[in-house]
Amino acid sequence: MAREVSESCMDSLITEIVSSYCNRFYSDKPELAARRIEAIGYQVGHQLCERYTMERPRFSDHLEAIKFLCKDFWSELFKKQIDNLKTNHRGTFVLQDNKFRWLSRVSADTSVESSSAAQDTTTSMLLYFPCGIIRGALSTLGIPCAVSADISSLPACVAISLQEYTVDRE
Amino acid sequence: MAPAVPRSGDAIFANVERVNAELFTLTYGAIVRQLLTDLEEVEEVNKQLDQMGYNIGIRLIDEFLAKSNVTRCVDFRETAEVIAKVGFKMFLGVTASVSNWDTEGTCCSLILEDNPLVDFVELPDTCQGVDED
Repeated sequence: MAREVSESCMDSLITEIVSSYCNRFYSDKPELAARRIEAIGYQVGHQLCERYTMERPRFSDHLEAIKFLCKDFWSELFKKQIDNLKTNHRGTFVLQDNKFRWLSRVSADTSVESSSAAQDTTTSMLLYFPCGIIRGALSTLGIPCAVSADISSLPACVAISLQEYTVDRE
Repeated sequence: MAPAVPRSGDAIFANVERVNAELFTLTYGAIVRQLLTDLEEVEEVNKQLDQMGYNIGIRLIDEFLAKSNVTRCVDFRETAEVIAKVGFKMFLGVTASVSNWDTEGTCCSLILEDNPLVDFVELPDTCQGVDED
């Protein structure tokens, strides 16, 4: 069985990296903080995806690759699959996780009435990390994409949008 | 009411939510790499890693105390043993050994034979001084 560590290790590390980049390193430049957090995620996603696809044959098309992301890859990371996948078959995909693990601790402590602007900023900063992971994983799979995340009104529910870059073939 | 029995590191680890260690290891590695890119100086990176570790540690201790039911340690030697056997086990899934005590009993080393944080690590020659705190 694969080696494990306690979930609080991972939670603590993510919380700490978001806090360090937002409050210490780039406290007056949130866009830079966001880019760095996303870059860390990219590195992780890229390397993890390489490891998980080493022994597999190449995917036949982009949809198969994204399904791999939603099922196998997501399971390795979060012990569950993506709950809902939608596409317009023209390069846009929306992945929905109804109970995103890394948000479940953030959401548990706040009610809708008491959530402040600061809380929302922290949450959206935190989401740059998994967005980076996905963008990194997709780049390993040969699908360069723009990735963004939205929190819906339900606690811990995240919708991740992928927009493939269209390549001009010469 | 009978006092709660202190729990072993294995028992606690078996009962906490666990995640893939590779994710954790690679995340830590990516953080170190990004810090080296952003801060450039190894000394500064170590300082920031130490600060991050400290911030994480002061939060983890709450979870440790809540889950381990340890009784108050009588001295620093006992503290070091408990950290090595219970603390590391319940979070990282590995135990450490305590050694290198100084004569006053105020300074020691915690040795991790099997450190999940260094899986896959290859340091370039320029970074030999980076501490993994």
